[in-house]
Amino acid sequence: MAINTEKNSYTVVFAVVMVVIVGSILAGLFMLFRPQIEANERFEKQQNILYAMGVNQNQGANDVVFIPTESVEAEFQKYITRQVVIQGDQVTENDQAFLIDVKKEATKAADPAYDRRLPLFEGSIEGKDIFVVPVRGKGLWDAIWGFVAMDKDMVIHGVYFDHKGETPGLGAEIKQRYFMDDFKGEGFLVDGNFAGIAVAKGNNDPKNLIKDDQEVDALAGATITGDGLSAMLKKDIRLYVPYFKSLN
Amino acid sequence: MGLLSKKDSKLIFDPLADNNPITIQVLGICSALAITAQLKPSIVMALSVIFVLGMGNVVISLMRNIIPSKIRIIVQLIVVATLVIIVDLVLKAFAYELSKELSVFIGLIITNCIIMGRFEAFALGNGPWRSFLDGVGNALGYGVILIIVGFFRELLGSGTLFGFKVLGDSVEKTGLYAFGYENNGFMVLPPMALIVVGIIIWVQRSRNKELIEEV
Repeated sequence: MAINTEKNSYTVVFAVVMVVIVGSILAGLFMLFRPQIEANERFEKQQNILYAMGVNQNQGANDVVFIPTESVEAEFQKYITRQVVIQGDQVTENDQAFLIDVKKEATKAADPAYDRRLPLFEGSIEGKDIFVVPVRGKGLWDAIWGFVAMDKDMVIHGVYFDHKGETPGLGAEIKQRYFMDDFKGEGFLVDGNFAGIAVAKGNNDPKNLIKDDQEVDALAGATITGDGLSAMLKKDIRLYVPYFKSLN
Repeated sequence: MGLLSKKDSKLIFDPLADNNPITIQVLGICSALAITAQLKPSIVMALSVIFVLGMGNVVISLMRNIIPSKIRIIVQLIVVATLVIIVDLVLKAFAYELSKELSVFIGLIITNCIIMGRFEAFALGNGPWRSFLDGVGNALGYGVILIIVGFFRELLGSGTLFGFKVLGDSVEKTGLYAFGYENNGFMVLPPMALIVVGIIIWVQRSRNKELIEEV
């Protein structure tokens, strides 16, 4: 072949052409798959919310099993009776509230003039009214987030936590049953005032039998993830306190 | 075999046993340890690597005469990265839960030494058809080990296969568990993958003495 592949100009042109081709292929595929990927993310959010409420297919003592993707939309309609957006003192009903991006809202809230939109999901299970709120914070390496389901006195009914990149076997354990189940029955309020719930080391209650100590036993070797989780609960749940006060 | 000449079929079948990338060349170990706690992710990972390595070898082989040798490693990286992103997108769109489970390891196919190794050692010097066979063969060799390891780790660690309780229910004490059998929790942890791979290497070398290196 006549092309001299060793020339610098050829190398540069080759690199440019290759990048353009590869870039357009990937951009095209992303556009093609985007609706499906977004639908999957939506289903996952609904599964997480329902999981926190206790709607799941856990069977054994340790597994975390969501309800199947195919039926999640119907189940979500069934259990979540009302979705609201709280903005300042305003409470508006909005059946797309679960699509609110908590991360973006938190960033915008840095501007004091901005009234943060807070999504809240109301549902009922076994005759009990449950309120589910999203939380988001920082773990050791990256973001952690989750959903907390409470009754109207801010006593936890169930939680779901997830993370982006916590250490496997240590911080990543926050999404295990044995950790998440410890939160059930803990309350955020002490004498009607918000106190939060802390992930605590050495709380002398490893089986978490004491439910009114505002503490859950920490994961060994995951101090910073645990502290991040405590901070996340304190910071995000506090925002909802006025709404819960208005319920009683 | 009628379809493939003797030389061609060697390309496919050699890496399955006597020139296996994991047990003989000891490449691609990291992902073999990380994702083999269950059978299903092992199979998906194997399929992904078969796609990436098969296609990648063909693409590199087609471009072998026009790739400037100065930037050939970068070009190879771009090809793998593109294919891996395609796999990632497809998984996210059609197997979302699995893609969450495999998470970072799909991305890490890019760094799988088997792939760059085959590009560099084979595809740059051979035609597309032979390169394709070589790619698929090596990926199969990798996949076979993954699936064997995944099979034993899921069976002995969780008592399930593809999530089905084949040994009975460990909580209700049915099936094997009724006789006092217990799951070996250690099998679920990554170190056991190394031990299982070690056992495969041992079995393989004691069957074929030629594979044992001279000390």
